[in-house]
Amino acid sequence: MIAVEFILSGMLAAATPFLLAALGELVGERAGVLNLGVEGLMALGAAIAFIIVYHGGGHVLAFAGAGLAGALLALLFAFAALGLQANQVAAGLAIGILGQGLSALFGKTYESLTVKGLPKLSVPGLSDLPVVGGLFVQDPVVWLSLAATLAIWATFAFTKTGLLLRAVGENPKAAHSIGYPVIAIRVAAVAFGGLMAGFAGAYAATVYTPLWADGMIAGRGWIALALVVFGTWLTARIFWGACLFGAVSLAGLAAQAGGVELPSQLLASMPYLVTIVVLGIISSNRRLLKLNGVASLGEPFKP
Amino acid sequence: MNATRIRPMLVKRDRPSLSLKILAPLLALVAATLINLLLHVFMGKDPVAVFHAMILEPFISFPSFSEVLLKTGPLLLIAEGLAIGYRAKVFNIGAEGQFIIGAIFASALPVWYPMATGQWIWPTMLLAGAVGGALWAAITAFWRVRLSANEILVSLMLSLVAAQVLNYLLLGPWKDPNGFNFPQSVMFQYDAMVPLIIPGTRVNASLLIALALALAAYVFMQKSFMGYKLEVGGLAPRAAGYAGFSEGRAIWISLLIGGFAAGLAGAAEVAGPIGQLQRSISTGYGYAAIIVAYLGGLHPIGIIFSSVVMAAIYIGGDNALVSADLPIAAVRVFQGSLLLAYLMAVTFVRYRLAFARPVSEVAA
Repeated sequence: MIAVEFILSGMLAAATPFLLAALGELVGERAGVLNLGVEGLMALGAAIAFIIVYHGGGHVLAFAGAGLAGALLALLFAFAALGLQANQVAAGLAIGILGQGLSALFGKTYESLTVKGLPKLSVPGLSDLPVVGGLFVQDPVVWLSLAATLAIWATFAFTKTGLLLRAVGENPKAAHSIGYPVIAIRVAAVAFGGLMAGFAGAYAATVYTPLWADGMIAGRGWIALALVVFGTWLTARIFWGACLFGAVSLAGLAAQAGGVELPSQLLASMPYLVTIVVLGIISSNRRLLKLNGVASLGEPFKP
Repeated sequence: MNATRIRPMLVKRDRPSLSLKILAPLLALVAATLINLLLHVFMGKDPVAVFHAMILEPFISFPSFSEVLLKTGPLLLIAEGLAIGYRAKVFNIGAEGQFIIGAIFASALPVWYPMATGQWIWPTMLLAGAVGGALWAAITAFWRVRLSANEILVSLMLSLVAAQVLNYLLLGPWKDPNGFNFPQSVMFQYDAMVPLIIPGTRVNASLLIALALALAAYVFMQKSFMGYKLEVGGLAPRAAGYAGFSEGRAIWISLLIGGFAAGLAGAAEVAGPIGQLQRSISTGYGYAAIIVAYLGGLHPIGIIFSSVVMAAIYIGGDNALVSADLPIAAVRVFQGSLLLAYLMAVTFVRYRLAFARPVSEVAA
């Protein structure tokens, strides 16, 4: 019972880095662009945010700086992959390596330093419930992330912007021929993805575990990429997927605290192993992917 | 549409020339060097000192150059394997994990039989490493072919898992009991070492193996029917399907070759300059080799040159750390910007820039 309470109360916070990065990547992929650099974008955002908070700039400025840095690096990717039609897979990898390198470079003198996280806000009444009460005690970024999830879901479901994004991802030729600026829309979507990945990194480094260590993103950007596939490019499913990963990363800790003897390396591998297994299960359902997949994902478009 | 506005556009070349193909990586190298030196100036480093330590010294000092040759081996091996897959559009980015598992498989022999002697030991270790790397890559191949899971994500996740397997062995069952609790195995016996080929240096026979395999890759990709089938499968999977070339087989072959080469490289590291299994067996070779493969134009001969360049960047980075106080992370920044610069430069191999009115038909 204690383990369940522990997982429920911490799940959303653990899920937030995955969720923010995956939502950003979702918008880009819906517009037809595969950006494999998420890990590097997150790492850069994390370093920038940590440095700002460490020097007393506060969390708002830190998130703004991290988001801006993520968006700028993503725009560099967009310039190569969309402007110059470079190989999207390779350009994404390059951005990823570059982002991780810059992160290590900027963060070098901050190794093992800590900052103060954010206080939690609780929903009056609900937070006193037994067992599930912990779900309603979260830091402000978690609440904002939930709002962002809803906003992105609504954008795709109800707005012209959402429709436009999907149009350039499904059939860029058709969108172009009726006069929409395909490349500009894709660039904007990629920049949004960078912004969200920057936020995700900022959350990981200054709120969730407010301690700087090189490589602290530890594959979470890659898992976010996998989450977009798990969620079959649907906002709600991506949200549940992120919660699953939040729970998985806590389940190990809960098991350890409960006296279960497992090698710590197995626990550390758990999110990666779960990713591999779930990716296999979801991908083997070809109908599901065909139904929801993005038709022109990763394909270059030349007007 | 505003007919009077003139704007730049990319026009496809009829036939990309060889000189442009060779020029692109060189230009990228110059551009990346300049941009990074500028970055180092902003960081308060002396650009002349950095340039000397990082770019010149690896080539003008023999001890440094011998280390470049030493590092060329694993990069060349891994990149040759990866390039075969990339040409078939199979994006194995998990060479790092295949390298680690290769090193582990190779280490099993000296760890379990530290007293064994005989000239058969190091070749057996190399073979075991290659098989280990191929087996690790086989997981990705199975996931891709049988479950149609994306090989980019699966192979990368497996690399992260492999690093944890290595940690587990070094902190647990394979830890040297007399190693002062350091996460490393026993030192390997003399017969577990690949023989040296240049006296007074650490360069060993694995460089010759890598060069031989590069030539084999050249024959395979440029001259054999099998290589042709692989490449066609990547360029036009549907056409290849009609011609009876199986996509699944292309994926299996690509990944097994990539894993085999990366595993062999991992084995050659522990049976060579390192001489034991330890945490830092790879300094990101598996990821750097992706850059090497692209920088070499995915061509087996081009990759020989690009692997020397990448090895020099590693050694130059080490030099600059000592003599110009440049953080080692600067190497990763250089690697990333080099790949990005190359990918941009390649655009101008395939296209030329034209200034024209935006009439789509002109470009088509």
